[in-house]
Amino acid sequence: MTAQFPTSDTVSYDTKSDTKARDLPKAVDLAVVGAGPAGLAAATLAASAGLSVLLLDENAGPGGQVYRAITTSPLGEGRVLGPDYWSGAALAREMLASGATYVPGATVWSLSRELELGVSVGGQAHLVQARRVILATGALERPMPIPGWTLPGVMTAGGAQTLLKSSGLVPEGRIVLAGCGPLLWLLAAQYLEAGVRLEAILDTTARENWRAALPEAFGFLTSPYFRKGLALLRKVRAAVRIISGVTTLAAEGDESVTAVRYATAGGESGRIELDTLLLHQGVVPNVNLANAAGIPLVWDAEQLCFRPDVDAAGTSPVAGLAVAGDGAGIGGALGAAERGRLAALAAIAALKPGAPVLAQRPQVEAALHKALRGRAFLDRLYRPADGFRRPAPDTIACRCEEVTARQVTETVALGCAGPNQLKSFLRTGMGPCQGRMCGLTISELMAEAQGVTPAEIGYYRLRAPVKPISVAELASLPKDESAMKSVERG
Amino acid sequence: MFRRLPEASGASVHLTVDGNPVLARAGDTVAAALLAAGIEHCRTTPVTGAPRAPYCLMGVCFDCLVVVDGQGNRQGCLVQVAEGMRVETQRGKREIGR
Ligand code: FES
Repeated sequence: MTAQFPTSDTVSYDTKSDTKARDLPKAVDLAVVGAGPAGLAAATLAASAGLSVLLLDENAGPGGQVYRAITTSPLGEGRVLGPDYWSGAALAREMLASGATYVPGATVWSLSRELELGVSVGGQAHLVQARRVILATGALERPMPIPGWTLPGVMTAGGAQTLLKSSGLVPEGRIVLAGCGPLLWLLAAQYLEAGVRLEAILDTTARENWRAALPEAFGFLTSPYFRKGLALLRKVRAAVRIISGVTTLAAEGDESVTAVRYATAGGESGRIELDTLLLHQGVVPNVNLANAAGIPLVWDAEQLCFRPDVDAAGTSPVAGLAVAGDGAGIGGALGAAERGRLAALAAIAALKPGAPVLAQRPQVEAALHKALRGRAFLDRLYRPADGFRRPAPDTIACRCEEVTARQVTETVALGCAGPNQLKSFLRTGMGPCQGRMCGLTISELMAEAQGVTPAEIGYYRLRAPVKPISVAELASLPKDESAMKSVERG
Repeated sequence: MFRRLPEASGASVHLTVDGNPVLARAGDTVAAALLAAGIEHCRTTPVTGAPRAPYCLMGVCFDCLVVVDGQGNRQGCLVQVAEGMRVETQRGKREIGR
């Protein structure tokens, strides 16, 4: 960790010796959860308007996942990670200079409708009352449940990219990338730049997606992503064996992965021996905290995911609570920063009506519009195929409780109606990940088995604590009535 | 298995994993340090005892659970390495709060 950023003093690994974790403010104007592009932009703007801002983030430094380790990456401003990554440095710098109170290593495990946050820092629990809250919890990678996806040596492409950004680590030996979506190609390009050889890319983009995406092509041609995306695809295609139209995948191995089997729509099939298999099929909103705070979830049929029910400025039905960035629906990093600014402007308008900064709103909206251009094209082109969203019967759907797709559909046949009822039959969604790795798969499997849409089936109802919190941490809470209530709600 | 790119900078940090010395870099998470050290899996599952390794590296999958300085169920991908840290791979279930 470099010395120039004030992050290391608030990060502690040892929850036992560090009983004097940094004191959090007890009350703030605005609490922002998540220090990715949306959270950084929101906190910066709100602090510049004179609000007291608390920015809480689980990681050791600012940047979120897309700009992960932006202030500390051991790769320096070299060529491997590319200019789009380094463009995030300005967002982090501005936030650190903005006057916002930034607390890394902070896990938010509850948020009440009264906007009281339960926060764990350095092994100690705290309660913070906010007048407004912006959730900028970002995205996570869509589950890609293929046979063998729990084997050591199988990892998400995003996870592997995190290792590259924050530790300068690359896989050793034979590497295969499989799936679809911009991140998969970006990682391939970064590996090539770093001198890493790839055995193959197994591209699961369905051919018919091109037809569906074509009407949206104009928007994409004028988007900021188009030129860069095209150059990147060309570079990777020229250097790596690409197997397109892949319709089935299976990871093989005993103690760890040793091979991947595949088949294509064209009738080709094969087996590639490997040491590392990296999977990716797009990203979906991380909805747990938003839903636990009382924001209903809606099914997005274009993006095939649930997202919190918020408007374009991120305003939710819960008074004072907004969701910004990819956590409100996938729009990409550039759009996320603008959505963070819009949510901040709404908070400023509520708490400091007449603040001069409010005049910026039209520019922010224009920038957002520009950043979201081409999104519909990407959504359609990289729409993950049914077979990779609803796994074959013997495939594990729930990694935590090791529940297969067959167990899910058989339980539906017994009369189990929805994901919340399924919990009591199979414990799906009740393991430590709290449904983050299986929620979409379970909803889609149950919807298919009952012949209805995921919108009708719904998603897990999520409750606080949204992250496991230890008894010792809870015991460190002040024992007044509101504290007890906040915990009981969990 | 993972290797460090030659251009990656950073000070060395010493930890032990199941009692064996492991060299990590400042800025590594515990999960990154284990992968860089060639440690194939960091836990076994409570249900079937299957081996697992860090999967998402962003705090959502919980497959990176390890014991850090005696405390179980820590997410290795969210804990930064520190000099002298004792990491143990985790077998099956650990009581929450240990
Ligand atoms: S590797 Fe997924 S939570 Fe740590």
